[in-house]
Amino acid sequence: MTTVLVASEVKKTFIMHMRGGVELPVVANVSFSLKAGSCAVLGGPSGVGKSSILKMLYGNYGTDSGQILVQHHGRHVDVASASPRTVLEIRRDTIGYVSQFLRAVPRVSALDVAAEPLLIRGVSQAIAHQRARELFAELNLPEKLWSLPPATFSGGEQQRVNIARGFITDHPILLLDEPTASLDAANRAVVIELIARKKAEGTALLGIFHDHDVRNAVADHVIDVSAFAAGKAAA
Amino acid sequence: MSHSDTLEALAAAGIAAPVKPLLSVEGLTRVYGKRIGCADVSFDLWPGEVLAIVGESGSGKTTLLNCISSRLTPTCGTVHYRMRDGATADIYKMAEAERRYLMRTDWGFVHQNPIDGLRMTVSAGANVGERLMAVGNRHYGNIRNTAIEWLSRVEIDEDRVDDQPRTFSGGMRQRLQIARNLVTEPRLVFMDEPTGGLDVSVQARLLDLLRGLVSDLGLAVIVVTHDLAVARLLSDRMIVMKEGRVIEAGLTDRVLDDPRAPYTQLLVSSILQV
Repeated sequence: MTTVLVASEVKKTFIMHMRGGVELPVVANVSFSLKAGSCAVLGGPSGVGKSSILKMLYGNYGTDSGQILVQHHGRHVDVASASPRTVLEIRRDTIGYVSQFLRAVPRVSALDVAAEPLLIRGVSQAIAHQRARELFAELNLPEKLWSLPPATFSGGEQQRVNIARGFITDHPILLLDEPTASLDAANRAVVIELIARKKAEGTALLGIFHDHDVRNAVADHVIDVSAFAAGKAAA
Repeated sequence: MSHSDTLEALAAAGIAAPVKPLLSVEGLTRVYGKRIGCADVSFDLWPGEVLAIVGESGSGKTTLLNCISSRLTPTCGTVHYRMRDGATADIYKMAEAERRYLMRTDWGFVHQNPIDGLRMTVSAGANVGERLMAVGNRHYGNIRNTAIEWLSRVEIDEDRVDDQPRTFSGGMRQRLQIARNLVTEPRLVFMDEPTGGLDVSVQARLLDLLRGLVSDLGLAVIVVTHDLAVARLLSDRMIVMKEGRVIEAGLTDRVLDDPRAPYTQLLVSSILQV
């Protein structure tokens, strides 16, 4: 299986200038790789830095040092040092991300929220909306919600819009931040099925799952983030 | 192999053709006597990219915007713009007439207060049509039809085309100003606090409209705002200014979610949660 992402010796510290410059070490020495067609899971207790790692891979958090090499358009690009323009291009074509919470935009319908990643890649609105409707139907999102802005949806409904948005493209790498946290058992099963399909298509997935059943059903291997805990690395 | 063949081969290999920036700002500085308006600002803007300039009042955002858009002469520094013919020109070395033509056609400028960007005593249709006449359109029927089409794109009813903007609400005036700017299909639009002074529901509608127009038309935009939520919604990249200098720059969500500079952390932590 092809390696599509390699993180090596990635380090992250928050410096809180509002509190007199106190340093908050998050992770250090983060090193792992992701392979096409498999699903890795970030493990470890809350607050150990799992979400921060996903956010660094997506370019949403900066890194202090280390490299995050991604196979992008047939070459290797370091997300940690890439220009904003390159990071945007990587997000458009190579790395997809299902965030924990949906950031709702006023007046934009659920259908448009889910279809957007296809639209920015130049897919026609008709096809993008069709794909979004198929995913909504599969995720049991009530049809009467599809044309409404998701701001007033329940947590589980918003999460399903977010999942549809993340799964709608064929990005080679997909990051999942607790995508099943607010879902009932039936919809968790749908997400497990969607992940299995992505794996079969050759996508490399990296996720955070607190739900044991989901984790056991999807994980090919577990990356123990406590090993990268900043305190440990300093010792 | 011809140039176009090479580009096709690159495209086939999944490599984007090398594109030059639309706008290159280098070392731009404006001083007012001993006070600094903006100092040593440099960045590139690419076609279709939206850049937000944020910072509190007096941080030099508007001075910078005016220096880039040739409304205020900088003390030193350069602004290069890639013209429609592909040639790059230093906008402060252009003839005045050429620069004015550029501003009327390939650039737009949306003011915070629509009164500064509209003619309040001529009709809405004439406000839009005027920019078309500036680029050489003379056929009254065509100009009127294009004006009506643009009014509908900015959600203004056709039956208001003959009304003067002084009879419009604040939100409608701002939408009219946007139509007036976009009718000549500019490639670069400057916006100074475009949603300032509007109440939140009107602001949401305007932001939604702007987002749609920017992506449909592939506009490059430089938007000055003190509202970080507006910056997050509209922009790809942002620069944070304080006392005339850039203190942090990067991808918009990176700057807002992982702010590094003490001042950016202060700004982000000062946002009120609803």
